[in-house]
Amino acid sequence: MDAITIEGLTKSYGADWPWRSPIIALSDLSLSVKQGEIYGFLGPNGAGKTTTLKILLGLMRATSGSAYVLGKPAGDVRSREKVGFLPESPYFYDYLTAEEFLGFYGQLAQLDRSNISRRVTELLELVGLSGARTRQLRKFSKGMLQRVGLAQALIHDPELIILDEPMSGLDPIGRKQVRDLILGLRERGKTVFFSSHIISDVEVMCDRVGIVVHGRLLANGRIDELVTHQGAQSVEIVCRDVAIADLPLISARATRVLQQGRQCLIVVASEGMIEEALSEVRKQGGKVVSITPHRGSLEDIFLRQASGAEPNPHIQSRVA
Amino acid sequence: MQAIAVIALNTFRENLRDKILYNLVFFAVLLIGLSVLLADLTIMEHHRMIKDLGLAAINLVGVIIAIFVGIGLVNKEIERRTVYTIMARPISRTTFILGKYCGLGLTLLINVLVMLSVFLAILGLYGVPITWTLFQAVQLVFVEMLLITALALLFSTFSSSTLSAIFTLAFYVIGHLIGDLKGLMENSQTVVLRRAVAGLYYLCPNLEMLNIKGQAAIGVAVPVTYQTLASAYGLSYAVASIVLACMVFQRRDF
Ligand SMILES: Nc1ncnc2c1ncn2[C@@H]1O[C@H](COP(=O)(O)OP(=O)(O)OP(=O)(O)O)[C@@H](O)[C@H]1O
Ligand SMILES: [Mg+2]
Repeated sequence: MDAITIEGLTKSYGADWPWRSPIIALSDLSLSVKQGEIYGFLGPNGAGKTTTLKILLGLMRATSGSAYVLGKPAGDVRSREKVGFLPESPYFYDYLTAEEFLGFYGQLAQLDRSNISRRVTELLELVGLSGARTRQLRKFSKGMLQRVGLAQALIHDPELIILDEPMSGLDPIGRKQVRDLILGLRERGKTVFFSSHIISDVEVMCDRVGIVVHGRLLANGRIDELVTHQGAQSVEIVCRDVAIADLPLISARATRVLQQGRQCLIVVASEGMIEEALSEVRKQGGKVVSITPHRGSLEDIFLRQASGAEPNPHIQSRVA
Repeated sequence: MQAIAVIALNTFRENLRDKILYNLVFFAVLLIGLSVLLADLTIMEHHRMIKDLGLAAINLVGVIIAIFVGIGLVNKEIERRTVYTIMARPISRTTFILGKYCGLGLTLLINVLVMLSVFLAILGLYGVPITWTLFQAVQLVFVEMLLITALALLFSTFSSSTLSAIFTLAFYVIGHLIGDLKGLMENSQTVVLRRAVAGLYYLCPNLEMLNIKGQAAIGVAVPVTYQTLASAYGLSYAVASIVLACMVFQRRDF
């Protein structure tokens, strides 16, 4: 059984009001998250990440398609039993102290009293808020709220943790702590599904990623696979004692050329073009200084998908 | 069941930490105290005046709390997005609504008890005889508060806070006038008007049924059967409103 299965999920906002034109936030999105893996859900602003997570947690209903959480249909009360959730920009009961706040969620998860006080202490320690135990949340900073929200998601030691932009609002130390925390969860066999638009976070932690743009899943798989299949490969050639102007053939086909004093830099799109470039350089009497192949990064894919995805007329722009 | 209690107690705690409630109860205490001064100004029926004004103060403040806290009960959770982490727990929407309602019900009960104690203390201080009907009147005021809260809750599940306040207030006012209005319209020539009033009569709660303050002030006994029937009427109306509220809330996207 997969931790999360999403099939053909579609969500349009405002569809139940006939006089309003609907906004299609998700269209035919399918993906699955295996148990025990960290899955990164990447996408630019307004891509539909939060919408997807809300449907998984039963906070809203999909227009069509289906979603299963730990084997139970999303929206079913029992599907949420072993799930922890941190919403994006956390808003909590600000009249509670950190301790009362976590205790409340522990009670909702039906933990017993001694268990709750033990978990509260552990988790406040884990997110670095032990000193703010008896402070009201209204006196918390944004990053502190994010931290206590994370603790809230973990209070009942859930199997599946769903986080909407867990790193937002955190300082560099906090980001590293959360990164380690998520990796620690995987070590204990938990599944983590989180959304983000910070590529480096996703790159270092995730087993698999999905890239969603305009409500469609444009890429989905292991990072290394995505990078080899879709990554922008390129090769940088640095040579000496030759002018770009003398290399018309390769200049025309290179991705980029740059003259820096006596050196020039030629970037070509594939390894197949190396020989061609070298032979022209040698013919002009130039010397090759270095050849560096560049593996594409997730960032290349992300940027290409985010900008290249032709905006579907049904998405974003309102349907007339 | 346990989840309802957890949410209810947390709602109660929220109310306890809300300054507005203290101000309102303080206002009620002030009004009850003021009734003594006003009563002093009148020559006749000194005792009756104190009871009249005191009961009116309890009723007024109770209804204000019921309307304004009732509207925010669920709406505020959605507007402030605190509902996300709650509904992401294995808790049904019905459980949430019931928990919130019971929590406010507990707050209202405590409020009424505080106001009642102040009222009784003042009556004692001025040597006004305390009759059983006074308690009956306050109990029916409490039923009215529960009913109004349920209505406010229902309206707030599908409309904005402002609209809900207007709807609830309208129901409250019409609820008090409807009995008289129906009597007046009985002989009306305009069929449409008569039908409209009859429609309102069946839609709105007849809140005058819950009002025995007049009898209590002059010390006329009210049979327990009446009190029980009136309470049952008010509570059934409240239950129906809550059931509707749950049904609407069930379908809502956050
Ligand atoms: N309640 C709503 N009513 C109408 N449209 C909405 C609503 N919530 C989101 N949308 C629209 O749905 C689309 C997807 O929004 P969503 O919040 O899922 O994006 P996101 O990927 O989480 O973005 P971000 O990275 O900025 O958080 C957007 O076009 C947004 O305008
Ligand atoms: Mg979002």
